[in-house]
Amino acid sequence: MNVTNLACARGGVAVLEGVDFTLEAGQVLLLRGPNGIGKTTLLRSLAGLQPALEGNVVVEPDAITYGAHADGLKSTLTVTENLKFWAQVYGVADIAPAMRAFNLEALADRAAHNLSAGQKRRLGLARLLVTGRKIWALDEPTVSLDVASVALFADAVRAHCAAGGAALIATHIDLGIVADVLDLSGKKAGPRDLTGFDEAFE
Amino acid sequence: MIAILIRDMRLAMRAGGGFGLGLAFFLIVVVLVPFGVGPQSALLSKIAPGILWVGALLACLLSLDRIFALDFEDGSLDLLATAPVPLEGVVAMKALAHWLTTGLPLTIAAPFLGVLLNMPVTGFGWLVVTLAIGTPALSFIGTFGAALTVGLKRGGLLLSLLVLPLYVPTLIFGAEALRRGTEGFDNTTPLLMLAGITAGVVALLPFVAAATIRINLR
Repeated sequence: MNVTNLACARGGVAVLEGVDFTLEAGQVLLLRGPNGIGKTTLLRSLAGLQPALEGNVVVEPDAITYGAHADGLKSTLTVTENLKFWAQVYGVADIAPAMRAFNLEALADRAAHNLSAGQKRRLGLARLLVTGRKIWALDEPTVSLDVASVALFADAVRAHCAAGGAALIATHIDLGIVADVLDLSGKKAGPRDLTGFDEAFE
Repeated sequence: MIAILIRDMRLAMRAGGGFGLGLAFFLIVVVLVPFGVGPQSALLSKIAPGILWVGALLACLLSLDRIFALDFEDGSLDLLATAPVPLEGVVAMKALAHWLTTGLPLTIAAPFLGVLLNMPVTGFGWLVVTLAIGTPALSFIGTFGAALTVGLKRGGLLLSLLVLPLYVPTLIFGAEALRRGTEGFDNTTPLLMLAGITAGVVALLPFVAAATIRINLR
């Protein structure tokens, strides 16, 4: 994936500009920067949820999967049902490797609303494994995870990269993974005239 | 796409899913109207088609705001929008799931409730036919309304106001087809109009609703 001179806006205000980076297979890129700098906005733009103001993103089609702050779990469905649903959407048959990777087997038949915050997060992250997508764009994936679970997550990322995948992770903590860092703090967008920019009709 | 349909059906059936809410509301309306009108069975059987249709329409309206709001809150909608299924398909499946959990049970229950309104037996068949043809339109129009208001907190009020005028043609032709059928007249014209509205709405609105969701997710 190759990104050049990307600028994105949130709520009608430009937040980031001049973002350049390249993400190769097997690479992990950590996004750093203070709160509000636009890490989430950048990830949402890359995932295709919102249009960029300017710049180029060159990426294979259907390569990115997006992991947001929210896990997208249905509280009345069980762990297995939640994961199976996403596996079916992405056309993947087997959820067992994902269950194993995030140590969810003992929780398989529990309803999601009975899980702790960290267990929910693990289930949300297990979804990444059933997407079969090459690039993981993750927004604060380790929130509410304990030390052991962070290690599970780091293992999953390493295995994913060893298999030719790549990851773009916005995080504030040290994951213990060999990774490059993209610091966004110098990329804050200057004041920009967005008059006539009516995003609903773009 | 079938997976989405199955998931939404399963969610509706589980505790707190809202299945039965529309049906219970329909039951309440139909049980209360005879008390309000008083012991005039001739009048009651005359207004029965209209009451049944209005009741079914309002029952459909009750569960609309859940279609996308819950998925929006827990983040599933973002994930569905980036999943390898067309968003139009997601919308169509959600509308279909809404119909299967609301419109279809209403259609099946309606003849039993028609008895409470002293509806002539000749009308029971037409009641099922008109509701079966008309309620899919209610679900699809409602899904479009839900897509319009998906990002709004407490969007239910706005949703009802937006959707009600769009429901009016379906109500007019549905109730008219049922009234004429019950009274033994030819009801081909309103029936065809009703079917035409449903066909058009089912074909077009998923595309409109998907475009609306894309804008709302930005």
